[in-house]
Amino acid sequence: MHPFNYYAPETVNEAIEILNKYGDKAKCLAGGTDVLVQARGEKFELDAIVDIKKIPQLTKLEWTDSHLIVGAATPCHVLYEDSKVCEVFPGIVDSAFLIGGIQIQSRASLGGNLCNASPSADAICSLIVHEVICEIAGPKGTREIPVEDMCTGPGKNALTNGEFLVSLKIPLKNSEFSASYERFIPRNEMDIAVAAVASSIELSNGKVSSCRVALAAVGPTPIFAKEASELLVGKEPTDENIRKVSEKAKDIASPIADMRGTIEHRKDLIEVLTRRTIEKALERAGG
Amino acid sequence: MAENKVKKVTVNTTINGQEMDILIDPYVSLLETLREVVGITGTKEGCNDGNCGACTVNLDGRIVDSCLVLGVEAEGKNIETVEGMASPDGLHPLQQAFLEEAALQCGICTPGFLVSAKALLDNEPDPSEERIRHWLAGNLCRCTGYDKIVKAVTKASKESK
Repeated sequence: MHPFNYYAPETVNEAIEILNKYGDKAKCLAGGTDVLVQARGEKFELDAIVDIKKIPQLTKLEWTDSHLIVGAATPCHVLYEDSKVCEVFPGIVDSAFLIGGIQIQSRASLGGNLCNASPSADAICSLIVHEVICEIAGPKGTREIPVEDMCTGPGKNALTNGEFLVSLKIPLKNSEFSASYERFIPRNEMDIAVAAVASSIELSNGKVSSCRVALAAVGPTPIFAKEASELLVGKEPTDENIRKVSEKAKDIASPIADMRGTIEHRKDLIEVLTRRTIEKALERAGG
Repeated sequence: MAENKVKKVTVNTTINGQEMDILIDPYVSLLETLREVVGITGTKEGCNDGNCGACTVNLDGRIVDSCLVLGVEAEGKNIETVEGMASPDGLHPLQQAFLEEAALQCGICTPGFLVSAKALLDNEPDPSEERIRHWLAGNLCRCTGYDKIVKAVTKASKESK
């Protein structure tokens, strides 16, 4: 591994200063479950690693009137061991509970999963269907972007020099909102998705007032399937209407064929998983 | 670009109940720190990328893959490795059960399985078979298979009741 220095700033501004000084020779360390593997594999040469876990807001959950704010470096287990998070956001917990095994979940964070920008990332689709806002800090101050704008290519994100992800803001919805995430893997645990889908549903008077579907491992980045999502809005969630959404999602998926699966298999999986996740979200929303 | 100058760092940490100061390079993993600096080699290197769990240690009450933790992150933390499991009176019930159930062949994965299983039983004394299998999904064994390992963990859980 290329030798790097270790910094553990205690404030956001200190972190920005170090990241800005080293530019692309520095990376943030949250759980390290991607960045340390990549540094060791010499995907990049780092001169500095910036451990952001000593900055208090980076590892905590905060409930406000309008959002659940998740510190970007909060490990997965904190989410699924929190009974309120499980009750309010079971779709987020679906993802947190299946990233790696228990060892990985002790360290890996949703923020890290997002910044790593893998096309098959387990958390990103869930974040997209929850309309999560990314709070980013950098030399020019803070900015907010919708999570679906964060991934710009395989392993590439929208952060510029000196910037880092501070938190994920998950909007609170009414009681008739819920979501679900499912992936297909050839074994039960510890694998990378062949294809995966997250769906969210909000009901109002028996009709769907909002719907979001996002797809993973079927494009260069996780995909917000907007055109599929819109098909259900204003409609009743009947089998026929859900089928139209899942067929559209299948159309939108543009996978490659590789060792994990063929194009046809992946597209078929998207159709099935879209249907299942919408049905699950409906069940959870009480619809 | 000028060569990046890296200074060694002093880390104060507690390993198996013993507080110590260690001097390490800031880029080495906790796994390398344990094996090559502290000199305790019970924790094994398998894949070195977070898939196999052979290097599992307990860090402040939670299991982690020590290959994916930097040694410097051990500052102020409490680390337990397989060396901390047995007492002067004898083996830990899990170690005894692994022997009795022949839950190992080559043994490379065993320390990781033991440390993982101990963390489970410390918090949940009577886990179901499904729970044990789920908990141990981050530990791979390439020779025995998992049935004997799961049996051994179940046996230890029953005996420590």
